[in-house]
Amino acid sequence: MTFPILSSLILLPTIGALFVLFGRSTSNYNSAKYIALFISVGNFILSLYLWYLFDKDTSGFQFVEERKWLEGFINYKVGIDGISILFVILTTFIIPLCIISVNSTIKHRLKDFIVAILLMETMMIGVFCSLDLVIFYLFFEAGLIPMFLIIGIWGGERRVYSAFKFFLYTLLGSVLMLVAIISIYWITGTTDVIKLYELGIDVNYQNLLWLAFFSSFAVKTPMWPVHTWLPDAHVEAPTAGSVLLAAILLKMAGYGFIRFSVGLFPVASEYFVPLIFILSLIAIIYSSLVALMQEDMKKLIAYSSVAHMGFVTMGIFTMTPQGIEGSIFQMISHGIISAALFFTVGVVYERMHTREIKNYGGLVSVMPRYAIVFMIFTLGSLGLPGTTGFVGEFLILLGTFEVNFTVATVASLGVILGAAYILWLYRRVVFGEITNPDVKKLNDLNNPEMIILSFLAVVSILFGFYPDPLLSTTSASVGDLIDAFNYNVKIFAASNL
Amino acid sequence: MMNLDLIFPEIFLSLSIMTLLMIGVFKKKSENLVYNLSIITLAILFAMVVNLFTINEQFIFNYSYKIDNLSSFMKALTIISGIFVMISSSTYLKSLNILKIEYPILILSSILGMMVMISSNDLIVFYLGLELQSLALYVLASFNRDNILSSESGLKYFVLSALSSGLLLYGCSLVYGFSGSTNFIDIANTSTNIEYGVIFGLVFLIVGLAFKISAVPFHMWAPDVYQGSPTSVTLFFAALPKIAALTVFIRFLFTPFINLIDQWQTIIVFISIASMIFGAIAAIGQSNLKRLIAYSSIGHMGYALAGLASGTNEGIQSSVIYISIYLVMTLAFFSCLFMMRKKNVFYEDIQDLSGLSANHPILSISLLIILFSLAGIPPLAGFFAKFYIFMSVIEQSMYFLAIVGLLSTVLAAFYYLRLIKIIYFDKPKQTFEKDHNFGLRLTLAVSTGILVLYFIYPGLLNELVSKIIVI
Repeated sequence: MTFPILSSLILLPTIGALFVLFGRSTSNYNSAKYIALFISVGNFILSLYLWYLFDKDTSGFQFVEERKWLEGFINYKVGIDGISILFVILTTFIIPLCIISVNSTIKHRLKDFIVAILLMETMMIGVFCSLDLVIFYLFFEAGLIPMFLIIGIWGGERRVYSAFKFFLYTLLGSVLMLVAIISIYWITGTTDVIKLYELGIDVNYQNLLWLAFFSSFAVKTPMWPVHTWLPDAHVEAPTAGSVLLAAILLKMAGYGFIRFSVGLFPVASEYFVPLIFILSLIAIIYSSLVALMQEDMKKLIAYSSVAHMGFVTMGIFTMTPQGIEGSIFQMISHGIISAALFFTVGVVYERMHTREIKNYGGLVSVMPRYAIVFMIFTLGSLGLPGTTGFVGEFLILLGTFEVNFTVATVASLGVILGAAYILWLYRRVVFGEITNPDVKKLNDLNNPEMIILSFLAVVSILFGFYPDPLLSTTSASVGDLIDAFNYNVKIFAASNL
Repeated sequence: MMNLDLIFPEIFLSLSIMTLLMIGVFKKKSENLVYNLSIITLAILFAMVVNLFTINEQFIFNYSYKIDNLSSFMKALTIISGIFVMISSSTYLKSLNILKIEYPILILSSILGMMVMISSNDLIVFYLGLELQSLALYVLASFNRDNILSSESGLKYFVLSALSSGLLLYGCSLVYGFSGSTNFIDIANTSTNIEYGVIFGLVFLIVGLAFKISAVPFHMWAPDVYQGSPTSVTLFFAALPKIAALTVFIRFLFTPFINLIDQWQTIIVFISIASMIFGAIAAIGQSNLKRLIAYSSIGHMGYALAGLASGTNEGIQSSVIYISIYLVMTLAFFSCLFMMRKKNVFYEDIQDLSGLSANHPILSISLLIILFSLAGIPPLAGFFAKFYIFMSVIEQSMYFLAIVGLLSTVLAAFYYLRLIKIIYFDKPKQTFEKDHNFGLRLTLAVSTGILVLYFIYPGLLNELVSKIIVI
C-alpha cells in the first residue's frame, strides 16, 4: 500500500490542533504558535510534494484512497484531480500566513484561536479531496463550527450578529443539499463521485437536484441575492478569519459548482445557464456599484469578493475550457489577492483601530513600504496584466465571448467598475493630505507583516507572468469534464428529438 | 414448557427491589448503601439483558410477553442510561438532601415498569407496565417535597398523565371491543379490513403514547414538569420513559396495527412535523435551561417519530439509533447541569452560563460539543442520528417531511447557537466549583467522547441495530 498522502494532509492539522490543545508546554502562548506554524508549513511542503508527484497528463483522479466506513453504504474516499489540487495547495499556503498574522491581531485566547484555524484547515482540505458526497458534506458543514467561533469570539463589535448570520445562512443552504445527496443515494445506489460520473444521474431528477446543490453553493459563493452574510462576516471577523473566508471558504462553493453541479448534473447545468449568467451579471455590476459607496475598507473588499466570485460562476457555466480554467485560475488568484488585501487592511486596523476610509489618507508619506505592497495588490485586484488577476479575468471573458456576446460585454463593464472602486480606495487611503493626526504616528510594516505580504506579492506576480504551471495542471481534467458534459448534453438532445 | 429464563431479568429486578426495600427499612442510615446496591443491581441486570440479545423472537405467558432483539436492545439502553443517571446525580441528591432510600427503589420500580412495557405483546400487560413506571414517576417528580415547584410538577404530571392513561385505556377497550382480543398478534389478524372502531381505538392509543413521549400537541406538561422536578429526576424523565414509550410506539404501529398503516402514517407525520417545528420555535424564548431542554426534547421526539412514519424496518432502525444518540446527548447535557454548582446551590438559568469558557474551559468545550451535536452539525453524533432518519424518510419519497425536518433543524440551531454564544462570546459572570465526583466526570467524559468520536466508526451502532427486525 502506498503512503496515504491525502489523508495525511487532512489529518495533520487536526493532530497539530490536539497537540496545541492538550500539550503541556502550550500554556506558553508562543510555543502554541510555533507548533501550529511548524505543522502548517509541513503540510504546505507536503502539498507541494503532492503537486510534484501529480501527473498533469492524466485527467482522472489520482492518489485515490478508499476505506470502509459505513459497511456497504458509504466509504471514506479521497482523491484529487487537476481541478482540486490547486485548491489544496492554496489552503496549505494560506494557513501558515494566517498563523503568522495572529501575532499582532489576536489579543486573547490565542491557543483556542490556533486550534480553530488548524481544525479549519482539516475541514477545507477535506472538502477539496473528498470523493464521496456524504464525506464532502461532512467536511463542508463541519467547517461551520470553527468559523462560527472565530467570528464570534475574536470578532468586532457586531460579531454575534455576524456569526449567527453566517452560520444560519450557510446551514439553511446546506440542508437542502443533504436532501439531494440522500436522494442521489436512493436513485443511483451510491454516493461515490467516481461511480456517479460513470453512471450518470437520471435526467428527470437532475433539475431538482441541481437546484438543491445550487442553494448551498449559491449561499457559500456568495451569489446575489444571498450574499448579504458575507459583508457582515468579513467585517466582523478578525483578520485571519476574513482571510480564511475570502481565500478559501468561498472557493469551496466554486469548486462545488465545477465538481458537482457541472460534473453530476450536466443536463440541468445546461438548462440553468441563463439563471447563472443573470445572477452573475447582477453580482458583478451591483456589488461593484455597492463597493464604490462603501465607507468601510473591509466591507469594500467584501463586496469586491462578491463581484469577483460573480466572474467565477459566470466562467464556470460558459462550459468552455477557457471559461472553466479561467474560473479556477481566478479563484486561486482571488484567494491570494483578497487574502492579501485583508491582510493589508488588518495592518492599518491594528494600528488605528478603525476601518473607516475617511480616517485615513496620506499613508504613503509615513508608510512607504506599505504603500508599495498595497499598490501591488490593488493592481492585482483590478486585473492588471502581469498579475494573476488579469489571467483569470481574461480567460473568463474569453470563454464568455465565445458563448454569449451580450453577457461578456456587460461583464467587461464590471472590470472597469472593479478598477474604479479599488483605485479610489487606494487613492483615499494612501494618497492625499494627512487629515487625521493619528496617521502621522504610524509605523511602517514590521517583519511578520512583511513576510506575509511579500510571499503573497511574489506568488501573485509570478503566476501573473507565468501562469502555465497552474493552467497545465488543470487543463487535462477540465478538458475531460467538458467532454463528458458535451457528450451528456448531446445524448439528451438526441433523445428529445 | 414456559421458558422462564427469558423473563429472568424482570424477576431478578423485582426480587432486588424487595430486598433493597427490606434493607432500607430495617437498617438505619442505609441510603448510600441502597443507592450503591441499586447501581450494582442495574449493572447485573444489564449483563443479563445483553445476554438475551440475538436470540430469536420468543414469546412467553401465552404470547403476551415478547422477547426479541428490539426488546433486548431497548432494555439494555434503558438500564445503561439508568446506571449513568444514578452515578451522575448522587452529588446532586446529597446536596439537596433528598437522598432517601425510596429514591433508588422508585427508580428501579420505574425501570421494571419500562421493561414490562418494552416486552409487552398484550394490551393488559402493556398497561400494567405503563402504570408501574408512571406511578413511580409521579412520586419522583415531587420528590423534593419542600420545594413548591417540585410538588406542583408532581401533581401536574399526575393529573395530566392520568388523563392520558384514561384515553389510552379507552383506546384499548375500543380495540378490544372491535377485534375481540387483547393480544397484539390476534388484533393484527382480525383488523385486516378497516373498521372504524379499531381506528378510533388506534387514535386514542396514539394520543396516549404521544403524551408519554411529550410529542406535540400533547406536550404541555413537559416544560413545567421538567423545570419543577429535581434535576436528577428531570434527567430521568428526559431519558428513560422516552425509550420505553418509543418501543411501545413501534410495537403498536408495527404489530397490531400494521394493516392500518395508511391510517396511522398521516397521524405520525403530523405529530412529527408539529413536534419538530414547535420544539424549535418554542425553545427560542426560554431562559431556564431545564425548560429549554424540555422543548428541545419535544423537537427530538419529532425526529424519532419521523423514522417511524416511514413505515419500514430501516425507519424503525433509524429511530432506534436516534433515540440512542439522543440519550447520550441528554446524559451529557445534564452532567453539565450537575456541574453548575456553587456551595450546594445548582444554577439552571441560561444567564448563569455567561462567559463560562473563561473559567471553565473543559466544561464549556463539552457543552460546545453537546450543543452542536444536539443541533445536528457534522461530524458529531447528533448529525448521524438525523442523517439516518432522513435516509429512511427519503427512501420512502416523503420529501415534504424531510425538507420540513431539515429546515426545522436550522430553526433549532438558532437556540443552540444562542447558548454557545452565551458561553463563549459573553462576559464571565459566575464561577462554579470545580471538584466533581468521579461518577459525574465519568458520565460527562464517556458521553461527550461518544459524541465526538462516533464518526470514526459509525458502523458499530449500525451493526447492532441492524439486527433489530420488527417487520
